[in-house]
Amino acid sequence: MSRYDWLLFLHVLSAFAVVAAVVLFSVVIVAGRQTDVPSEVERLFRVARVGDVLVGVGSVGALLFGIWLAIDVDAYKLWDGWIIAAFVLWLALGAVGSRASRIYNRARDRARVLAREGNAPSAELQALVRSSAGLRLQVASVVIVLAFLVDMIFKPGA
Amino acid sequence: MLAAIRPDSWNVPLFLHALGASILVGALVTAVSAELLGWTRDSARYLRLAFRTLLFVGVPAWFAMRVGAEWIYAKESWDKVDNEPAWLGVGYITADLGGLLLLTSVILAGLATRRLARADGGPSILARSAGVLSVIVLLIYLVALWAMTAKPS
Repeated sequence: MSRYDWLLFLHVLSAFAVVAAVVLFSVVIVAGRQTDVPSEVERLFRVARVGDVLVGVGSVGALLFGIWLAIDVDAYKLWDGWIIAAFVLWLALGAVGSRASRIYNRARDRARVLAREGNAPSAELQALVRSSAGLRLQVASVVIVLAFLVDMIFKPGA
Repeated sequence: MLAAIRPDSWNVPLFLHALGASILVGALVTAVSAELLGWTRDSARYLRLAFRTLLFVGVPAWFAMRVGAEWIYAKESWDKVDNEPAWLGVGYITADLGGLLLLTSVILAGLATRRLARADGGPSILARSAGVLSVIVLLIYLVALWAMTAKPS
């Protein structure tokens, strides 16, 4: 395998890690909206921790290996339109993801407290988990990831 | 380097293939995470999450990946080539074998979910088998990812 092959593999693997995290978070959010039992919500957020690791490692890896590829391959330039679009999307995903994370972390923390205090179904917890702002941000994450894929495949302007 | 010279007509099938593959891997990661968390406790609830994820996300994603694969295979006219490259063979084997194992994993997870819901909810061999199978399928598709990107000849 050449250096290009390795870089491409690691770049795509990192991107897949980000997509896996977005899929995982989406599943957890959808499942969470169907329950108001604190221990159930807490259980779901344990699954989400895997997504936290994947999105962190994946986004850094995709960026670093992507930049390295752009430098390494003569046909690409870092200032190509589709590569700049990728940088913008990367920043957008980070911003949207961190805002969504703050919203759902509040739900997770509240679920932990309520689970220890008797685990009774809670309308307050349900409202946190069913946050419309959180859902909009997660949908935005999905759209950004789709836009990434379009950008990487179609390479507009290349 | 192929990406730099790929005809535009290949982009839509490649997009479908890559989208399906990435969502499939995401569904497997989610299911494996849930099944491993439910290995020793709360098995019924974690397994239900894994089963629904595989069924409603993983299986449709597999079809999208597979349809995209055949579509771009046709676009690139590989059927007219006498000796197909090794990476293509790896892709076919992993896609189809992985699909069979994915289906088996879904069935095992579904059966285990029903059994655990009726019983006390503790871990079962059926549930753990579904988990092990999901891990194997995930590893198979990571091998496919390597073959698709590195394209070993």
